[in-house]
Amino acid sequence: MKQKMNGFFAAGLTITALLLLLTVVGAFWTPYDPNAMSGSEKFLAPCLAHPFGTDNFGRDILSRVMKGAGTTFTVAALTVLMGSVLGTLIGALTGYFGGIVDDLLMRLGDVLTAFPSVLLALVIISLLGPGSKYNVVLALGLVFIPSFARVTRTAFASARDVNYIKSARLMGASSARILLIHILPNTLNVLLPAITIGFNNAVLAEASMSYLGIGVTPPDASLGYMLSEAQGMFARAPWYALCTGAVIVLFVFGVGLIGEGLQRRSGEVD
Amino acid sequence: MKYAARRIASFLLTMVIVSFLAFMAFDVISGDPATALLGTEATPEAIAALRTEMGLDRPLGVRYGEWLLGFFTGDLGTSYVYHQSVSEIIAPKISVTLLLSFVSFLLILLISIPLGLSAAKRSGGALEAAGTAFNQFCMAVPPFFTGMLLSYLFGVILKWFMPGVFPDLSTDFPGAMRHIFFAAIAIAVPRIAMTVRMLKSTIQSEMRKSYVRTAISRGNDRSAVLRVHVLKNSLVPVITFLAQTMAEIVAGGIVVEQVFAIPGLGRMLVSSISNRDYPMVQAIVVILALWVVLSGTVADLVNQRIDPRLRLGGDR
Repeated sequence: MKQKMNGFFAAGLTITALLLLLTVVGAFWTPYDPNAMSGSEKFLAPCLAHPFGTDNFGRDILSRVMKGAGTTFTVAALTVLMGSVLGTLIGALTGYFGGIVDDLLMRLGDVLTAFPSVLLALVIISLLGPGSKYNVVLALGLVFIPSFARVTRTAFASARDVNYIKSARLMGASSARILLIHILPNTLNVLLPAITIGFNNAVLAEASMSYLGIGVTPPDASLGYMLSEAQGMFARAPWYALCTGAVIVLFVFGVGLIGEGLQRRSGEVD
Repeated sequence: MKYAARRIASFLLTMVIVSFLAFMAFDVISGDPATALLGTEATPEAIAALRTEMGLDRPLGVRYGEWLLGFFTGDLGTSYVYHQSVSEIIAPKISVTLLLSFVSFLLILLISIPLGLSAAKRSGGALEAAGTAFNQFCMAVPPFFTGMLLSYLFGVILKWFMPGVFPDLSTDFPGAMRHIFFAAIAIAVPRIAMTVRMLKSTIQSEMRKSYVRTAISRGNDRSAVLRVHVLKNSLVPVITFLAQTMAEIVAGGIVVEQVFAIPGLGRMLVSSISNRDYPMVQAIVVILALWVVLSGTVADLVNQRIDPRLRLGGDR
């Protein structure tokens, strides 16, 4: 059994690492200028010179995917960073101290998590103004706070009355020290899978919003926006949509497998 | 009964809060609708006259009350873009979105329940690992990508429906249903994967409980124990999950309606956000929120019928 648990983790890590490599390289170098047009090279099917083919302007799709994956990854990573840091902070404070604020915030969180994240993010985006990369991060980050808060709150609340925490308190350790040094490391086995799930939700939500034209828009083309471009020329250049879509799918699949591996290792197949 | 009354009261309270937030948010952010309608070059007198005509010079509370009442009388204001009554534009779109949601929900139920039950019986082995990996893969495919592939395969190549042209629901019902069916598949695929996963883990953790072990050790048939005891006890979390599915279908619909050019609420919401048509956004957001909160409430009411313990504990 132990062997198979790590199978998921290893496979996921391999896929994710390869895509990350593609993304990091793409930040510094792409085979072609992703926006360079070429009248003589329109709608080329995948070949050696253009492994993913070219689009209606003769732009190299591999170069565009490498840049687009960078945007998608950055948005998802920043979103998860914002959601997990603020969510963990709220979860830690409410879980550890409890009280009426805890009750109120958790009730609010219950209502908020009932709403699909894309719907909430759309509402926030329409208030902030569509089109900017940072507004997308802000909208999605806000939407993800309650789910992180809920996961960590349970962990912190159950640690509150454990003996070693009680003794730390008796020895005069400050609350900040107890929360950060003693409890936080013990929440990692619920926090890490939550981060992988959050990352995937962020990638999918960003892709959906950009596909709809209200997420990230050019010049910061993300994979979702590229798919909406690709849909219009599916009959002429199916490789555009297929290659772009495949990168999104592999990204989410890879991180999903990592999450699966983590969950199985910590012994809770949820 | 007392529980039901409390649950319905909390449903109403949630809706009032949600609608107030929607009203406030768009009222504050959108700035002055009169200026939005007339443009920035309009004279202050013209704007003031229109403000009075639209009733914008009255207190916020009064306007919120009237707007809320509009959901019952059908007067939700005028769209900035179409210059038509919001409720007249929205009404025909509700039936399209409802139809799409019900077909998606039906697909999810019909496919994921048998799959989930058979997945729960398997544990360990290469087949289980392959199933889990395939499940993760299905969750990774964004519905709009599935939608693009389906509309190319079944629309452009096989010509089973016309991509981009949605038939009129009343004159060509079968044609419209074909369109909706493929859109529903796109919405359902990742959700089926999640439901199978949830069913599997719920049933398996129930199977590990001691009453099941006792029943089996007393010589009861394994699958009979599953059917008679385990399924009944797994029902409560499953129903809560299905309510969540209802909500997620709405979100999936927003994107997939765009792919298939289905004139539903989601598509209208997206174009209204792009056009900054706030009266439309407000109304659609509240209708979608009603859908989400209502499905959660119904699930809770059903659950307390199934499991009497929930009536004593109050909320879960």
